[in-house]
Amino acid sequence: MKVSRGWLLRFAMLPLFLLSGCGALKLSVMNHAGPIAASQWHLYVIVGIVLVFVAGPVLLLTPLVAWHYRLSNKNSAFRPNWSFSWTLEGFIWIPPIGIVIGLSFLLWHYTHTLDPYRPIASNQPALEVQAVGLDWKWLFIYPDQRIAAVNQLFIPVGRPVHISLTSGTVMQALLIPQLAGQIYAMAGMTTQLNLAASRPGVYRGGNTQFNGAGFQNEKFNVTALPPADYGRWVARVRASAHPLDATAYAELFRQASLPQPIVFSSVPQLLFQNILVQSQKPR
Amino acid sequence: MMTQGIWPAVLGRFDWHALPFVRAWENPTASEIIGAGAALIVIIGAVVVVALITRLGKWRYLWSEWFASLDHKKIGIMYIVLAFVMLSRALIEAVLIRMQQASAIDNPGFIAPDHFAQLFSTHGSIMIFFMAMPFLVGLINYVMPLQIGSRDVAFPLLNSISLWLTGGAAGLMMISLVIGEFSTGGWSGYPPYTELAFSPGVGPDYWIWAVTLGSIGSTLTGINFAVTIYKMRCPGMDLMQMPLFVWTALCTSILMIFAMPPLTVATALLALDRYLGFHFFTNDLGGNMMNYANLFWLFGHPEVYILILPAFGVYSEVVSTFSSKELYGYTSLVLATAAIALLSFTVWIHHFFTMGQNADINAVFGIATMTIGVPTGVKIYDWIWTMFRGRVRFTVPMLYSLAFMMTFVLGGMTGILLAFPPLDYLVHNTLFLVAHFHNMLIPGLLYGMLAGYHYWFPKAFGFRLNERWGRISFGCWVVGFYLAFMPLYVLGAAGVARRTQGMFDPIFRPWLYVAGVGALILLAALGALFVQLWVSIRERDANRVFAGDPWDGRGLEWSISAPPPEYNYAVIPQVHGRNPFFDAKRKDDPYATPASYSDIELPKNSMTGPVIGAVGAATAFGLVWHMWWLAIIGVLAIIATVIARSFARDVDQTIPADKIERTERGWLRAVAEATPIPREVEMTTANQGLAEISG
Repeated sequence: MKVSRGWLLRFAMLPLFLLSGCGALKLSVMNHAGPIAASQWHLYVIVGIVLVFVAGPVLLLTPLVAWHYRLSNKNSAFRPNWSFSWTLEGFIWIPPIGIVIGLSFLLWHYTHTLDPYRPIASNQPALEVQAVGLDWKWLFIYPDQRIAAVNQLFIPVGRPVHISLTSGTVMQALLIPQLAGQIYAMAGMTTQLNLAASRPGVYRGGNTQFNGAGFQNEKFNVTALPPADYGRWVARVRASAHPLDATAYAELFRQASLPQPIVFSSVPQLLFQNILVQSQKPR
Repeated sequence: MMTQGIWPAVLGRFDWHALPFVRAWENPTASEIIGAGAALIVIIGAVVVVALITRLGKWRYLWSEWFASLDHKKIGIMYIVLAFVMLSRALIEAVLIRMQQASAIDNPGFIAPDHFAQLFSTHGSIMIFFMAMPFLVGLINYVMPLQIGSRDVAFPLLNSISLWLTGGAAGLMMISLVIGEFSTGGWSGYPPYTELAFSPGVGPDYWIWAVTLGSIGSTLTGINFAVTIYKMRCPGMDLMQMPLFVWTALCTSILMIFAMPPLTVATALLALDRYLGFHFFTNDLGGNMMNYANLFWLFGHPEVYILILPAFGVYSEVVSTFSSKELYGYTSLVLATAAIALLSFTVWIHHFFTMGQNADINAVFGIATMTIGVPTGVKIYDWIWTMFRGRVRFTVPMLYSLAFMMTFVLGGMTGILLAFPPLDYLVHNTLFLVAHFHNMLIPGLLYGMLAGYHYWFPKAFGFRLNERWGRISFGCWVVGFYLAFMPLYVLGAAGVARRTQGMFDPIFRPWLYVAGVGALILLAALGALFVQLWVSIRERDANRVFAGDPWDGRGLEWSISAPPPEYNYAVIPQVHGRNPFFDAKRKDDPYATPASYSDIELPKNSMTGPVIGAVGAATAFGLVWHMWWLAIIGVLAIIATVIARSFARDVDQTIPADKIERTERGWLRAVAEATPIPREVEMTTANQGLAEISG
């Protein structure tokens, strides 16, 4: 009895639950925190509005026509042999074609401006980050600062970030919905992603391409800090005296989830390039 | 013990831990116990079925009337039985997936990650290859030859071989529950994850061989159907007189012929990598998984339309019949079908916009993707105009059609969103994508197949399905769908990756709960469908429609008895126009006795199909477990079977004219005795399969 009442209570609270669930969208592109994601959201809204007009007539006409011409309605017209009209053909072929042509211009334009490889225009040089997908964690190398972090990414607000990606294992995909779309990381190959944060905050990121038993744990936070705080973070990492040496490197490549993010005060030269070469050698 | 002496040569890489019972005994977690339970269900199910058949003494009957039969109608029914069996398994897996996610919010849940990965891999592989494909192939098999006024398909033996290859492959999927484990690489089996370096176990091998057997079967089916439609139409049936279901069957068959081989090649190359140390898709030594992605989706996208087009055909038949009205815009629909089939080969890149190709390529494929929306939209409007000025009856198939039109449009909307590469970057690989393709395939395939099942069931078995349970099931499929998948759009937009065994944010909880409830309702929908079948069989005598025309049908298939005789048509019909039977009922007497009957030659039963299917599955099993002796014997046995069959000369049976005359007379007498009914009472027991002619 007790159990069933508990369930009833839960059931009664379902609407409340759903309301609280709307918070989920706070993690999405709706709550964008950078120029790329903002532009993507803008595009969502435009396409979404167009689509309302595309789908609207079907959603209205289907139930209306079906109900009006129901068998029991003796007042509706019945023309069993009517099966063609040039006017209607025009209505169902031409406007959709027009809409698709219109959307095509939009698509072409936005696909080029939001090309993940396209550098973000800025008066500051982009921060270089090299991301390596591992089982089951992300290694972020800052080649210019000679530091690295695992399962956490710190970036300065307002400065573009250029990420080069590869994988030290199977294919992965890097997604930070509030900042930018995803791109695959593949062993032996480099892909690129440009993004920027326009306000300080902590944003979720992760791998979205299934890669084994620890896949669900392969998440990280992106922390966007004001430039001065970001500089202090870099200095703190450098002072941490925890270099990415051979032992740490071997440990990173072991298939395992990480309980806590790690930082490395220094990394070997050309680490990213070496991983690229390494992953193409026979195992 | 098993690693010594002769054992490795005999049992390959099998050891006791391949058995889920042993694993559950040694490590009794919920996850392992569920695995062992599933294996137990498979074993008990098999034992019960075998015992029941033996007890009832039905082996000989099953063999001669069903398994060895080359009759396209029986093969079609067997395909659909297979589809329902596999649907049951894959739907239960879907419920487990949803329950795990709902229970795994900052919690390990009750299914371990590796087991969870097997669940989504088998769910996807089964739903596509062993539920959807058998269902549509079965429906086409049953209906298409009847609709074109033919007595069988072009290659009846090949038809049986295709069925049994598919059945063997499905059997392999079931065996993987009991012996070993399945792939964790998803239904698309992307390397390098599925390569030996990352997945050394038997799982990906089960996937490779099940899919390979299935895809060979489908290629052969495509050839068979296309030739049948081109060569075996009855006199007077030009291409532009064919029922729309036949058009969609033709386009689907052509897609099968061209789209299945890339899949067979992709799985074969992956097999070469895994078995012989090749490097097509490995990370090292020059392999490149991008080639796999291209090959797989060169199959994968047309596959979507292989699945959806036959359902479009069903809707065209159903909407026209249950609106008592000629199909609006026949030419438009044919053009749209052909356009969709053609365009389906031009969009495969949209499955990996995120692989790093340049913006020009992505934009071209994005635009091509949107273009498919045009002919698809035209079809929806054609069905609306078909209802326009008609007399719409809300029977179960019609309800499915209406639910399809409303729901499919929503999926189309999210499809256009996904066609925009910059928007796809945000939701690719997330639950948004999962929601999208279920939003296309549940209305676009499942509802269509179920509409077809309800529509043609009386034709195949001679009695109508129970209306009440049909409506209950329909309601559950629709409500369940919305509850199960709308939340996934939200979760996906929030960045929740697909194939995620655990969640970490309590904010997702309400959505996961709603989706879980939806999954349970979908399971109830399937349950209601089985109850419906049970109730309908029990009440069959009250619902007989032996005269053969329960819905005031339009095509040739309604002009014969229900169920049809094995030769389909005593006299090959001659047609004029697109609604031959509907017009005949109004212009002259479609039930007139022909001047004379003559002997009919039909193919004899053959054991070739079942043998090739069983041996094919055994060969695949040998390959999976590295039991080389079994694989070699299997291949030799298949070759021997084919050679032996080629020497068989006595492959036809003759049905004598007097026997045909007796059968036909019996049916015509029943027609004469039946009471014609108006459409208002077609859902009642008054319906004996004879339509009152009006208008």
